[in-house]
Amino acid sequence: MADAPAVLRVEKVVKEFGDHVITRVLHGIDLELRAGELAALIGPSGSGKSTLLNLIGLLDRPTSGRVIIDGHDTTGLDDTALTGFRGRTLGFIFQFHHLLPAFTATENVMMPAYAGRGFPTKAMRARARELLGEVGLGDRVDAPVTDLSGGQQQRVAVARALAHDPSLVLADEPTGNLDTESANEVFELMRRFNRERGTTFLVVTHDPRISARCDHVLEIVDGRLTEQADANDAGAKG
Amino acid sequence: MPFEWFVALRYLREGRAQTALILAAVSVGVSVIVFLSALINGLQTNLIKQTLGFQPHVTLVPHEILARPLASLASRSALASPSATSPAPADATAPATATTIERSPQRLRSIERWQTVLAQVERVPGVLAASPAVSGPAFATRGGAEKAVVLRGVDPERFLAIIDVRAKLVAGRFLVAGDGVVIGAGLAELLGVRLGDKLRLGAPDGGGAGEGRETREAMVTVTGIFDLGNKEVNDRWALVSLRQAQTLFDLPGGASTIELKVAEVFDAERVAGDVAELTGLEANSWMKLNAQLLVGLRSQDSSKYMIQFFVVIAVTLGIASVLIVSVVQKSREIGILRAVGTASGRVLRVFLIQGGVVGVLGSIVGSGLGTLFSLFFERLASNPDGSPTFPVDLNLGLYASASLLATGIGLVAAVIPARRAARLEPADAIRYG
Repeated sequence: MADAPAVLRVEKVVKEFGDHVITRVLHGIDLELRAGELAALIGPSGSGKSTLLNLIGLLDRPTSGRVIIDGHDTTGLDDTALTGFRGRTLGFIFQFHHLLPAFTATENVMMPAYAGRGFPTKAMRARARELLGEVGLGDRVDAPVTDLSGGQQQRVAVARALAHDPSLVLADEPTGNLDTESANEVFELMRRFNRERGTTFLVVTHDPRISARCDHVLEIVDGRLTEQADANDAGAKG
Repeated sequence: MPFEWFVALRYLREGRAQTALILAAVSVGVSVIVFLSALINGLQTNLIKQTLGFQPHVTLVPHEILARPLASLASRSALASPSATSPAPADATAPATATTIERSPQRLRSIERWQTVLAQVERVPGVLAASPAVSGPAFATRGGAEKAVVLRGVDPERFLAIIDVRAKLVAGRFLVAGDGVVIGAGLAELLGVRLGDKLRLGAPDGGGAGEGRETREAMVTVTGIFDLGNKEVNDRWALVSLRQAQTLFDLPGGASTIELKVAEVFDAERVAGDVAELTGLEANSWMKLNAQLLVGLRSQDSSKYMIQFFVVIAVTLGIASVLIVSVVQKSREIGILRAVGTASGRVLRVFLIQGGVVGVLGSIVGSGLGTLFSLFFERLASNPDGSPTFPVDLNLGLYASASLLATGIGLVAAVIPARRAARLEPADAIRYG
């Protein structure tokens, strides 16, 4: 994996908020993720995890520094280009699944590709159904997502994040709202996709049992990436 | 289906209560506009129809004869003028002479070479029909009864193309050949005549008042009685052949007026101008002769537009407020859509489409409701002849304009919510939405 190309490079990223009273949340973050890695990002509340994830997810812009994804420097992209790039390259899994309640499971999974292209295709639908089958929801493909359990909804969210074969999937506490069994199932799904398809994952988590099972653990404290430990070290700490 | 349409329609379906609320607002607004416009347009159309039921659209007459001072008098009156710009008197000692130029009495005169003029005006764009007439004051007597009338000598076929008296006959036929006369129902009643009765028509020689004039008379037979829906006309009109009127008014072979019908009634003033320029005659449009009526119609139009304006404002605010609430409610979903790669332009269009769709559906429902209201109202009251007291004018143009207006309202009302949705920052929308 050390020879794999870098999917993500964050270089000296600083993020400040406020106009008059400026608060620096991130202090020159440097990090790198290589293709096929499953990394955990841990840290206490308010340490800057979500801010860093938003910057990597191109949902926000750094005050200074660069975010390079798949070899593309995203610094100079305008909003439209950034949105397109995000849609093609990144997948998102949120803590509260954040599915679209007006749509079925298949439609939710199709959404990134559909939004990007503007028109649906048979291939999109087939791919969405295939992924739902892979996450164990082959019999619920046409169910409204509001009819699914919390664990099932999070599995739909995993399928949605992978539907367009993104280079990097960002998961913000994907198991934080699930019971132990469902949390385990969802993490195993991510692990399986990571191993079988080589998809790169960056998982923000508070759960030491989850971070312990990742390849690589990044710890952020007070806006500084203080440590890059391997999974065993992190697990030992957790 | 394009992404924007797919999401917009799904959101409309999902938010049934909100959709129904907006739809109701648009439908009520459109129905008010359709109903009000149909009613006012119907009343106006009826009023114009009644007015033009007994009037030509344009009437051509010779210019009045103006008395002209003799050259010597003209120079004297210039001397008498108090104007400071008047030329100085050639001879300051000459006595000033005050002159009064009296308006000369207007004798009924024929249009010169009226046949040529008739052929000319028939070719003017916008003119549908032209008819020569000899028209002037006369009196009708029967036994001891005598009534002042307006005697009109007409070419039957041409005249019917201008004013369709045949359709308004209440008795007899429109037969003015020979000694036939067709009179108004009021005149028939005042004189106590029926079909086949004889009347004596008399006209002063030359058709104008004047001392020492002879009266020419003719016995005529009532062949038809009409009701043109206007008391003045019904009480005064007597229609005879052109030749009969020429004889009575001593205008052998002449025509005192040429009457025109135009394709578009509100184009009459322009046609009158064209015809006047072409012929050198005085051309009076119905619009000029009924200026007060037009002022009334314009006032009605202003009221209509004012009411429509406020309805439009109310409906626009209604749609906009409901859509803004919808955007606030869906902030997180919009953030998710943005996060997974939906361009802000697509989000904008999702909400514009919702506004547009509601506008189109509202215009269909509102047009239906407006039509029902209109037809119900039309049947509420009727005149003695069975015609509705409040006639309504429902036409495709009205539906088209109401639909365009409603769709436009929907789109305009959706602009602010749509822009707000498109500008949401995905990270903030997901976190705080």
